Amino acid sequence: MADILITEALTRRYGSLVAVDRIDLRIAPGERRAIIGPNGAGKTTLLDLVAGAIRPSGGRIRFDGRDITGSGPARRARLGIGRIHQRPAVWPSLTTLDNVAVAAAQSRGGVRRSRRPAIELLDRLGLADQAGVEAARLSHGQRRQLEIAMALAGEPRLLLLDEPAAGLSAVEFERLGEVLRDLPEGMTVLLVEHRLDLVYAFADVVTVLRDGQYVVSGTPDEIRMSHTVRQAYSGAVA
Amino acid sequence: MKRLLLVPAVAFAAALPWLVDDYTTATLARLLVLGLVGVSVALLTGVTGLPTLGQTAPFAAGAYAAAQLGLHDVANEPVRLLAAAGVGAAFALLTAPLVVYARGVIVLMITLAIGELAITVASRWKSVTGGTDGLIAAPTLDTDRARYLYTLAVVVVLVALVLLALRSPAGLLLRASRDDEARMRASGHPVTAYLTGAYAAAGGIAGVGGALLVTTQQYVSPADFSFDTAALLLLGVVIGGAGSMLGAAAGTAFVFAARDWLSGLLPGHAPLLLGALFVVTAYLLPRGVAGFDWRRLGRAARAASPGAMRRRNQEA
Repeated sequence: MADILITEALTRRYGSLVAVDRIDLRIAPGERRAIIGPNGAGKTTLLDLVAGAIRPSGGRIRFDGRDITGSGPARRARLGIGRIHQRPAVWPSLTTLDNVAVAAAQSRGGVRRSRRPAIELLDRLGLADQAGVEAARLSHGQRRQLEIAMALAGEPRLLLLDEPAAGLSAVEFERLGEVLRDLPEGMTVLLVEHRLDLVYAFADVVTVLRDGQYVVSGTPDEIRMSHTVRQAYSGAVA
Repeated sequence: MKRLLLVPAVAFAAALPWLVDDYTTATLARLLVLGLVGVSVALLTGVTGLPTLGQTAPFAAGAYAAAQLGLHDVANEPVRLLAAAGVGAAFALLTAPLVVYARGVIVLMITLAIGELAITVASRWKSVTGGTDGLIAAPTLDTDRARYLYTLAVVVVLVALVLLALRSPAGLLLRASRDDEARMRASGHPVTAYLTGAYAAAGGIAGVGGALLVTTQQYVSPADFSFDTAALLLLGVVIGGAGSMLGAAAGTAFVFAARDWLSGLLPGHAPLLLGALFVVTAYLLPRGVAGFDWRRLGRAARAASPGAMRRRNQEA
């Protein structure tokens, strides 16, 4: 089957810094791909480029056979790219339920029609008892769960997850693992995560970046054993 | 609870013309009009996140449209209202591309420029606006009392419609766009289109305000839409609470009433006192009078009451 996401020499520069350097990715439909690498490897920048939040300095992005390099984030979302942000982005003055309903509105034909599926999603993420609470009052972990619910509410075909486990309690982390395991099989997932236990349990393929550059890809077992990967990490620490 | 209080408040407002003289009735009608324009300012400033100094422009456009209809012997009030709403909304749609891509202080500066341009056009385009001499419009309603009650009815209906719209999904989409625009786009929402819609709606409301202004004072001139008016509108909205439509309407009416009263009491010092009031409000009530957590004040008052202090002393 044709790859659902293809990046060709995707590049993003900030002045003289090359945050993402000629990255070529090919991701198959339904694949769970993890991106790992030390801080500053360009993981979040890569996700921002795919989501359309920032413009590339060079290269192309294809989604489902369509060149989306010039499309804005809203258009990409309507095409089926959903995401969560590194710092959970929710609408603080709306209730938890309304957050999910508004997030689902574009794909489900309006806010009102989205309320019932929104309740089901909140249930799955353990936020059902917070449905009527303003999102401003949620804890960090709850906001993280809420944004995952919001991303899933749009029924994306490609889901971009930027450090979903950051700042979660042990219970919340366990629930996140369940939610990721229960994602529909056809949904393609691009996961950026520092918790390697989650990465190895979840991903089909792991790609390692360092200083904006592609290092290596492989199965979780290959990556775990790889000498190159250890070097990539230890090199950054030194 | 708050909603129940609205019924006697509107009833009291409707009874006012029988309690005060004609001059005061006419003044109150004008304050109602400015309160309505204040609602359009709050809709943009508080709900949509586009702080504006430029609602005097669609306000003026609506007023001149209604005055021109009056000059052409269209005395039918609903027709004039609809025309003024249409002209105000059309003016907003025309200027929307300048406004909806900007954020924050930049919006203030752009809308300020739009407002200033509108006054300049109103002063120069004599064939339509009568220039600085203004236009005199024949009265459509005979007494101050009738004009006041008519204005009150239109304002109450419009504000109720705005409140209903804000409780609908449209209100949620606007508040979400203000809260976090990037998240809206990441969920596929065309945020710019939503902002344009809100800006046009606010223009329509300000336009209706213009028609009502012509009805109440039977005269319109560029002085009605000066920078002073724009600044006091924003001041009133911030004092009343930009997130609350009723707070904004009341705040605006209060500020204009205070200006008129103070300028009689301390000639020349009204702007200074209003400026001081603004500073105090911004520091003490960042979300305006309506945005203040009155229940918390109640709890604090109980905690500071003599009884509570005694109990604390006994515990200590």
